Amino acid sequence: MWAVIVKNLGLLINATLIATPPLLLAALGSCFSERSGVVNIGIEGMMTIGAFTGAAVALATGNGWIGFLCGGLAGAVFGVIHAIACVSMHADQTIAGTAINFIGPGLAVFLCKAMYDNSSDTPALEASAKLPKMFNGVFKTGSFGSNVLNVYSVAYLVFIFAVICWFVFYKTRLGAHLRAVGEHPEACESLGINVYRVRYICVIVSGFMAGLGGAFCTLATVNQFRPSVIVGQGFIAIAAVIFGKFSPGGAAAACLLFGFCNGVKTLASQGNVVSPNLISMIPYIVTILALILFVGKAHAPAANGKPFYKSK
Amino acid sequence: MRKKLLAAMLSTAMVASMASVTMVQAEEKDPSEVKVGLVLDVGGVNDGSFNQTSWEGLQKAVEDFGVQGTYLESNNDADYAANIDTFLDEEYDLIIGVGYMLADGIRAAAEENPDVKFAIIDDSTNADLDNVTCLMFKQEQCSYLVGTVAGKMTKANNVGIVLGMATETMHQFGYGYVAGVLDTNPECEIQQMNANSFANAEIGKADANAMITNGADIIYQVAGGTGRGVIEACDEADGVYAIGVDTDQAPLAPETVITSAMKRVDTSVYDSVDRLLKGELESGIVVYDLASDGVGIAPTQDLLPEDVIAAVNEAAEKIKSGEIVVPSSKEEFDEKYGDDAYSLDVE
Repeated sequence: MWAVIVKNLGLLINATLIATPPLLLAALGSCFSERSGVVNIGIEGMMTIGAFTGAAVALATGNGWIGFLCGGLAGAVFGVIHAIACVSMHADQTIAGTAINFIGPGLAVFLCKAMYDNSSDTPALEASAKLPKMFNGVFKTGSFGSNVLNVYSVAYLVFIFAVICWFVFYKTRLGAHLRAVGEHPEACESLGINVYRVRYICVIVSGFMAGLGGAFCTLATVNQFRPSVIVGQGFIAIAAVIFGKFSPGGAAAACLLFGFCNGVKTLASQGNVVSPNLISMIPYIVTILALILFVGKAHAPAANGKPFYKSK
Repeated sequence: MRKKLLAAMLSTAMVASMASVTMVQAEEKDPSEVKVGLVLDVGGVNDGSFNQTSWEGLQKAVEDFGVQGTYLESNNDADYAANIDTFLDEEYDLIIGVGYMLADGIRAAAEENPDVKFAIIDDSTNADLDNVTCLMFKQEQCSYLVGTVAGKMTKANNVGIVLGMATETMHQFGYGYVAGVLDTNPECEIQQMNANSFANAEIGKADANAMITNGADIIYQVAGGTGRGVIEACDEADGVYAIGVDTDQAPLAPETVITSAMKRVDTSVYDSVDRLLKGELESGIVVYDLASDGVGIAPTQDLLPEDVIAAVNEAAEKIKSGEIVVPSSKEEFDEKYGDDAYSLDVE
């Protein structure tokens, strides 16, 4: 009896730790961007370019951490593009984000074909070129310890990231500025805060984190880049941010919930008693229930999505 | 209204006359003027699975016969009809739909354009049309062979299978695999899961981890991109092997993927072009099986011991000679193995 409960709990945590990290990385980044007043629906494109860059760099260097970091930097480059368009050029933020969602996957596949013999899949990474696992070989395969602890170290690192983000948001000067800039940029400017600079930082951080999330998919979840490796995670991350009321803590909880649904799906599909179509509905039903029962109205930052013009 | 009707009639007449012109020409055409088009399903041309192999088959035909060949990718279900129309507009001689998801689109186009040749992979519902060739595969036969491998090689007497979706074609993989395992190792436990997605590696990985936790040491994945997660989970676990599908997937994890069930979609596309040029492309169902090399087991066998290879070869011979008939439907399977052995087809 207890053995069964422990085993299934282990599987639940294991599945949660597989699905949550990429969502959470992207969602934390998205919090920065949204709270500073720049809508970033280009997360998906940024994740895709991060996923490709991560795999390509890890293939070249044989080091997963360098790949992971470069995946983030590639996302940050796209963050710079988004920031130039939305902050400096006052472009429509939704359109700029949509453009990034087209450019990201397109460029990733183009580069992949150019670099790897006209194939849109990269070659498979050696285990040593992936992100490291925390307790490789310590626990018996299939044991509770293996399922819960012998996971990619980044899967736990993201929760530390979440705490850091919370700290930056609520305990630092930058955090205070970025929250204020998202609500009333004109007032901030009159107080001497450089609105453009704050927004640039936030959008680039958003791109960086999304890139890390994408790189996690190719360096931990699977061992290669292919176009279908990022299919909607970016949009789920955006949903998690809104679901979590635009705060790092809320977004983290929402991402955990989505990841947890992944685990519930796996457990529910054992034994083939429940219809697979019903099982596939679990995340959506849980989301709707959570929205109705626990989450009140999400309050978007007042200046979110509105271009800011410097007063002359 | 009347104008519209007239326009519609006129355009139908025009398309019909254009199509008939194409047909007449097809017989006299030099191969370099014959155009063959592939309409891919949503997997895309680099899916490492049947979209990719069908394009490889067409590329080989282009090289060998000098025909013109191209493909159109479909991003969603709505693209199928549009892509077929594009080929019709450009007067293609043979339009091949890759995958059963194109069955409705091919039917509609074939009924409207009786003089254009069509072919479709993995679908038999269009066999009644005079201008459609249905390319069907005996996936249960290659699955039986990898099932033999799994049954022989499992140390824990516990193996698994992950499907991408519960459809008739998918179940044929399942029936063959389970039959192969049980025939070589009747005591073996077979865990069966339906990930209900071809594109979610995270679910595939979580499902495979669940099977491994429950004792499986060999897992067969028939689940496209979801299956990459399955292979990865096996690769990360100690002493767990994976079995690939459609193409030789050993390069994905050379220490882990012991074998793959191959479906030679490339052969079927190549053959169809060959027959078209010879004027022998007939409507109805064309079956690709073990005997005609339409399905088989992957050439990479580095991780297989001698006795397993011998057992696989023996099983293959018996299937070819008809001594073993691999079940391909629920009725056939249940009759031989009972209705508890395979649980993924329960409604």
